[in-house]
Amino acid sequence: MPLVSPTTLKDSYDVIVVGSGAGGGQAAYTLTLEGAKVLMLEAGVNYDPVTQTPMFQTPHQAPLRGSDTPEMQGGFFDATRGGGWKIKDEPYTTVSDKDGENFEWWRSRMLGGRTNHWGRYSFRNGPYDFKPYTRDGLGFDWPISYSDLAPYYDKVEMLIGVYGTNEGLENTPDSSPDCLLPPPKPRVSDLLIQKAAKAFGIPVVAGHRAVLTQRLDFANLPARLHPGNAFAQRIVREAMEARAACFWATDCGRGCSIKANYQSTTVHLPPALASGNLDILPNAMAREITLGRDGTANGVSFVDKTTGQDRQIKARVVVVAASAMESVRLLLNSRSGQFPQGLGNSSGLLGKYIMDTVGSGVRAQIPRLENVPPHNEDGASGGHMYAPWWLYKEQLAGKLGFARGYHIEFGGGRRMPELYSMAAKEWLTGGSYGKKFKEDARRYYGSFVGFNGRGEMIPNEGSYCELDPVVKDKWGIPALRFHWKFSEHETRQAAHMQKTFGEIVSAMGGRLRHPVKADGADAIQNGGSVIHEVGGAIMGADPAKSVTNKWSQTHDVKNVFLTDGAPFASNADKNPTLTIMALSWRAADRIASEMKKGNL
Amino acid sequence: MNATPARIDRRTVLKWLVTATVALPLLDRASFGADAGGRRAKGYGPDPDVLRTYRPGELWPLTFTDAQRRTAVALCDTIIPADAESPSASSVGVVDFIDEWISAPYEPQGENFSYQLDRAVILEGFEWLDGEGTKRFGKTFADLDEVQRSTICDDICYVKTARTGFEQPATFFALYRDLTAGGFYTTPEGTKDLKYVGNIPMASFDGPPLEVLKHVGLA
Repeated sequence: MPLVSPTTLKDSYDVIVVGSGAGGGQAAYTLTLEGAKVLMLEAGVNYDPVTQTPMFQTPHQAPLRGSDTPEMQGGFFDATRGGGWKIKDEPYTTVSDKDGENFEWWRSRMLGGRTNHWGRYSFRNGPYDFKPYTRDGLGFDWPISYSDLAPYYDKVEMLIGVYGTNEGLENTPDSSPDCLLPPPKPRVSDLLIQKAAKAFGIPVVAGHRAVLTQRLDFANLPARLHPGNAFAQRIVREAMEARAACFWATDCGRGCSIKANYQSTTVHLPPALASGNLDILPNAMAREITLGRDGTANGVSFVDKTTGQDRQIKARVVVVAASAMESVRLLLNSRSGQFPQGLGNSSGLLGKYIMDTVGSGVRAQIPRLENVPPHNEDGASGGHMYAPWWLYKEQLAGKLGFARGYHIEFGGGRRMPELYSMAAKEWLTGGSYGKKFKEDARRYYGSFVGFNGRGEMIPNEGSYCELDPVVKDKWGIPALRFHWKFSEHETRQAAHMQKTFGEIVSAMGGRLRHPVKADGADAIQNGGSVIHEVGGAIMGADPAKSVTNKWSQTHDVKNVFLTDGAPFASNADKNPTLTIMALSWRAADRIASEMKKGNL
Repeated sequence: MNATPARIDRRTVLKWLVTATVALPLLDRASFGADAGGRRAKGYGPDPDVLRTYRPGELWPLTFTDAQRRTAVALCDTIIPADAESPSASSVGVVDFIDEWISAPYEPQGENFSYQLDRAVILEGFEWLDGEGTKRFGKTFADLDEVQRSTICDDICYVKTARTGFEQPATFFALYRDLTAGGFYTTPEGTKDLKYVGNIPMASFDGPPLEVLKHVGLA
């Protein structure tokens, strides 16, 4: 990709976008196609999936059979560079390392950020999800409604390509006609799960994932996405034509060299670069947003990690999309006489109300899936089906003991054998070795299924981040310190997940790897471990009770916008990425129109 | 994300290591991971070329001694011998893989990146096997015949049912079986043995064939 080096940077741009993932990529896409000159700062390395994705490589070809190392923490083939749970030179701290109070933070340091390796699950928030306080008196309402975001969900789905079906289910919105691509056919394990779940009233329907099950309709979609903008239509058409449909092989988590799934680096950045309006600077770690005398932001100062030198670039508007917690950190570190507690923090709420997704899972073995006739189950790599939350009415009536729902992601099948495919099977084999072990391996391979609950966490006072008073990163930028608490709404929900999965497995005639956990505090995964962390700069109508407004714009500084997960006022069970992109597109539209009017 | 692979109970291994590493200087920094020039071995770095094929020994030196290698071969092939479907583990490079694993120059972080911890467990386990072989049959493990090896392995092949006092060797055996199986079933021969037929581009995904649906009772 045509990158610029620090020496060829321009001194000023219309917009600086900090971060290149879902939120930054979408903002850069929308703004550059509207004609704005944009500089994107990425704290990590350059990365091009077209030339750097290991398509078809097997673990046998990798060091350590692809096992994870401190240098490749998602494994050798995972599309993460320079990132992971711990990053050299870039520490963070937690006040507690106890389970349930600890916070785990997966970061990425590469172009495209975490969009390169994610699961591609793409769900819309529903109408309830924007007004949770109105519905049950907990948490916060958003200052926008589903109807405000629905057109942007349509646009994002059309642009990135999402498979799925419209089922007309409660609080699980249908897309507009022709937005969704056809879903892949179910795998045999999906069908068994669907049948078993039906007995409990659990709907199992097509999953929604950002994978092209067919090529995008490049002849018609550009005009629907960019009406009246011939420049954008031409560029987007070319970008869509350059994407192939899925060829049903290679794990999506490696990235995709044929651009059949969504990652910022294959979908958002190519058209933005083709516009001629985008410069991208990798290895640029933002240090602070700088303020002008008029109290508005006038640019960003950053560290060039390749030289250790600081530099400042000016801009009319600053879009922060560094990932929710990293964006909060940047604002907290942008201290000035005007904002001694951090830019945009006059409410004192910057860093407060951070949320992850509630996670809990089980693994099981299904005798009926033993010795299944060999057939290719690679499919679209991730889930072909899922179960949306189904107990809205019972929950609202107070029958469940917890206030918010979860959906179920599951999977199984005859996947490419990996290092641990046949590990830790003593519970089935009784410890066999020799020829018996080889027979056992043939019998059990492909007979496993896993269930993961993905639930809504309600924001609380005990879950927040702040600047660590002592710890700094290699460049002297104060690090974040995390506090974490779950309420009984989350732990009871996790226990409900366990009970539900146990019932489904039992109905399938399966065997659980471990007994279900009745204690939700034991069943729940640590905060951050689902990698859906959002909040910290929640949006609201009242500047005293929120950091950003309905345009993802800070109340305090009108030309600073946050377009990642930071403005989320709640974290519905729906995975956040699609909503991040829809919010980002909407914010970028607002920026473009306000710039044209001279208001920014 | 956040799919943690299933593996043996790491806490158990760690607990045992506390005693094992005190008793035996297996994490000897002076000899561990040094290449011919005496420099410390390095990993592949933060941005490796993921498209090319790597072979054990290429990135960092392998460190099994000849005696350790003999034991490694014997145990690999006790766990995965040749049969009518596929060859033995050692014949398709699994010993080299395990050597690569225990020679990897990565420091453990908590329960992650356990290569050096596994090294201690495995080398200690080899010594135990040889000691047990000598005690029972007057020979090291590699010199035992198949029946003799089995009498030892039967006592340690499952942590839950291991002979009293054999819990630590049983933990070693579980780790070694996991690595042997992982090494073997990722080779082309092992993958074929499991009848995995994917990882090829296809024009369409057609879902399970009728015979599969019949097999599971859905048709």
